[in-house]
Amino acid sequence: MISAAPPVDTWLYPVGTGIYCEPGDFYIDPGRMVDRAVITHGHGDHARAGHGAVLATAETIEIMKVRYGEDCAGAFQPLALGEAININGVSVRLVPAGHILGSAQVVIEWAGRRAVISGDYKRARDPTCQPFELVTCDVFVTEATFALPVFRHEKAEHEAAKLLSSLRAEPDRTHLIGAYNLGKCQRMIRVVRDAGYDNPIYMHGAVIALSELYQKLGVDLGELLPVAGTDPKTMRGGIVMCPPSALGDRWSRRFGDPVNAFASGWMRVRGRARQMGVELPLVVSDHVDWPELIQTVLETEAEEIWVTHGREDALVHYLGSLGRKARALALVGYGEEAE
Amino acid sequence: MRQFASLLDCLVYTQSRNRKVALLGHYFRTAPDPDRGWALAALTDGVPIRLPLRRMLSDLVTRFIDPTLYRLSRDYVGDTAETVALLWPEGGIPFQSKDASAASSSAADKKPDDKENKKPKQLVFEFTPTPNPSPQGGGDSPSNAAAPHPNPLPVKNGERESPFPSEGTGGGCGDIGHNSGEAPGLSLGAVIEAMATGSTHQRTERLGHLLNQLDASGRWALLKLLGGAPRVGVSARLARTALAESYGRDVSEIEEIWHALEPPYLELFQWLDGKAERPDPGAKPVFRPVMLAHPIEEEDWPRLSPEDFAAEWKWDGIRVQVAARGGDVRMFSRQGDDISGAFPEIRSAFQGHDCVVDGELLIMRDGVIAPFNDLQQRLNRKSVTAKMMSSYPPHVRLYDLLFDGAEDLRALSFGERRERLEAWHAKHHPRLTDVSPLVAFKSFEELGELWSSARAEGIEGLMLKRRASVYQPGRVKGEWFKWKRAALTLDCVLMYAQRGSGKRSSYYSDYTFGVWRTDENGERQLVPVGKAYSGFTDEELLLIDKWIRGHTTETFGPVRAVEPELVFEVAFDAVQESTRHKSGVAMRFPRIHRIRWDKPAAEADTLESVLKLMSGGATAVTAAAPSDLV
Repeated sequence: MISAAPPVDTWLYPVGTGIYCEPGDFYIDPGRMVDRAVITHGHGDHARAGHGAVLATAETIEIMKVRYGEDCAGAFQPLALGEAININGVSVRLVPAGHILGSAQVVIEWAGRRAVISGDYKRARDPTCQPFELVTCDVFVTEATFALPVFRHEKAEHEAAKLLSSLRAEPDRTHLIGAYNLGKCQRMIRVVRDAGYDNPIYMHGAVIALSELYQKLGVDLGELLPVAGTDPKTMRGGIVMCPPSALGDRWSRRFGDPVNAFASGWMRVRGRARQMGVELPLVVSDHVDWPELIQTVLETEAEEIWVTHGREDALVHYLGSLGRKARALALVGYGEEAE
Repeated sequence: MRQFASLLDCLVYTQSRNRKVALLGHYFRTAPDPDRGWALAALTDGVPIRLPLRRMLSDLVTRFIDPTLYRLSRDYVGDTAETVALLWPEGGIPFQSKDASAASSSAADKKPDDKENKKPKQLVFEFTPTPNPSPQGGGDSPSNAAAPHPNPLPVKNGERESPFPSEGTGGGCGDIGHNSGEAPGLSLGAVIEAMATGSTHQRTERLGHLLNQLDASGRWALLKLLGGAPRVGVSARLARTALAESYGRDVSEIEEIWHALEPPYLELFQWLDGKAERPDPGAKPVFRPVMLAHPIEEEDWPRLSPEDFAAEWKWDGIRVQVAARGGDVRMFSRQGDDISGAFPEIRSAFQGHDCVVDGELLIMRDGVIAPFNDLQQRLNRKSVTAKMMSSYPPHVRLYDLLFDGAEDLRALSFGERRERLEAWHAKHHPRLTDVSPLVAFKSFEELGELWSSARAEGIEGLMLKRRASVYQPGRVKGEWFKWKRAALTLDCVLMYAQRGSGKRSSYYSDYTFGVWRTDENGERQLVPVGKAYSGFTDEELLLIDKWIRGHTTETFGPVRAVEPELVFEVAFDAVQESTRHKSGVAMRFPRIHRIRWDKPAAEADTLESVLKLMSGGATAVTAAAPSDLV
């Protein structure tokens, strides 16, 4: 890279609710309505309705349409993973982030410099999306959702086996699996299928539409049936997928004495599980854990690491102690929602 | 350790009492000796080794993590043992010291021909495990191999292998695991032995070696085992009950000898397994399960004859049993917990006596019983300061004599025991005691008058004891009755509702309510005076829950603030000063007596009427009719 090139933060910088690329005149994952937005993935804190034009993977665009309606943006432009386009002289490329179906890192090159905005990402295997692809860069923009060394996620396959063993041990109790309705829910279903579970899986109303979309986009989730209209007796001893908020809600009363399970990286900490009344914690996350986060940041060979959201204090401190230049962007509106 | 870790992990997430009992029972019946005894100790009185655990852990963590990261992690997790268990590098941490390996090879690793142990252990810890570069993922790194890197560095592609399949936060709880294949040095017995002796430095090194060999769940369990009170939602009594039930015994059979036993309770398990006689408490003071009363019901009265019963005041303290024998004195709570440590005065007052007495523990100054609140200052402590002893002087008011010397009086009638108690007390008169007087009455009508006028400080109601009753553990039907004085009631306004736990986790079942206070500007506002979660039926709970959801103004996590519109008639035993509530007062034993759907909130009671009750001015409020509330 040419040392005389202008530093990245002179042309790419945070603007309160997202990151703005000045020479390209577009935003990445903006939190408010803008003319042109590049969207990394379909989660609510990254993809919002109402932009003039949206550039994203075809899958992300489909997800946005299901969540917000066909007309949730003025125009959509799909970009295949790995392909680059030129926006006002800025090269923009999407590469897999391994987070959820359609999720991408945004690789931006201008004036001899390269920045990677990773959105949310993980390194662990996920049968519902393409694996993370490492791109070396000058500036790496990372999340810090699980940026504390106590966070080490389990393999999803291991946790699926735990779930199936609980089903065998408690054959009379319905297992309610709280999982974020986009990504985590479908990944859990897929790994449970891979572990050999062939029975119908019952679906809370809030997790149906996106699961159907996953199936339409080629992710086989097996037989899914709605909870609504099904006799609770039929579901006894089976698996019911629901959003985490439904676990302790009135909705769950129909199942009598269910086993409450929650699939989330937060389940690594017992207090967090107990607080939510979770009996079967499944430590599965679609984000990097601490070791993967440090590994990734180092592997990108980035001179600077920008931290978008999460536990940026710990990450910035630790990277500093390794002699890396790291700073928190303090973006507004990114949160824990996606877990 | 693995089976114990799995047990604790299951217990921590299980809310149902029956399931906890089943888990514990399964463990006690399947775990080997002495491990199950140490586990029982951890869940009851604690493992009897004193360690400066906090200091040892902070010494260990500084070797592999920087203080800021540790502090941020500890703040997030909220529990030191769990933080260390989660942070500990999967590959272990390196050791330079020889002491620890020497100690652990003698105390922990008992494999006779393990040549590794003859070499200095640090050699094992000096190589860096190389991640298996194959696309299939990381190789099986030996569980005791250590990465000398100061921070855990990952293996490619997130394919890190954990040394044990149960790694993490526990599995489905149908199978609580087993220890097969685990190093003998990791058994509970070996761990306790390794940690029982040596300098702090030596024990710190040994602890580090143990942590190196365990997975996250095992590390957590080890630290809970050593740290006292594991807080996994199991009381000491529940642990004993589960033990008794799993062997088809009554818990009182264990309680009677419990305090004469010591961890790891080998004789106890021998007896339960049918391989030995029940252990003999010998000359040690032990707890005798106490006899309890039923609340008297309206339909009981016609079946009772006044001449068959003796009456005595029910004092507002806590029921205790003092056992003095062989130069030792113990005081037990009703549940059989040894609370002597916090009451050295009582121990010294009974020193040299030989007896088991049943009575009420009170705080008494110059013959006047202090409010229950004063007693609370001295409860739930392991030790006590001189200042507390002089500010809150204890007293035991005696109800019964169970043993006079070695003579067991429990088979005698209450009448006979009462005579023996009076005679015994007249002769020995231990300091800080008196005998609770009998209340003379000819008819229940006469007794009823005494009952309804009894509002003196320290009186909670009346006890009726059948003169012919022998002393039997538990609530024996028809023998003893408690006739609590009428509760006080106030109309309060629901302010906040919180989700319950367990079966009630989807219901707003815990209610904080308040009364009106007029502030300096003449504005009326609600101030909280209490919290209750009982007294209503399941049908009423559904209705209240629905009302709350429809009248929520704000939500804070599991708590909802509601519009100040719903009136509860709240019954309670007394009003006390409180720093917890903004009102400065708190109710004792509040419960929802009636839901006043009909009553306008503005007509609920005021703080002034609550304050009047503090000085015992019971006349200011309507006492609920006895038939409603007894």
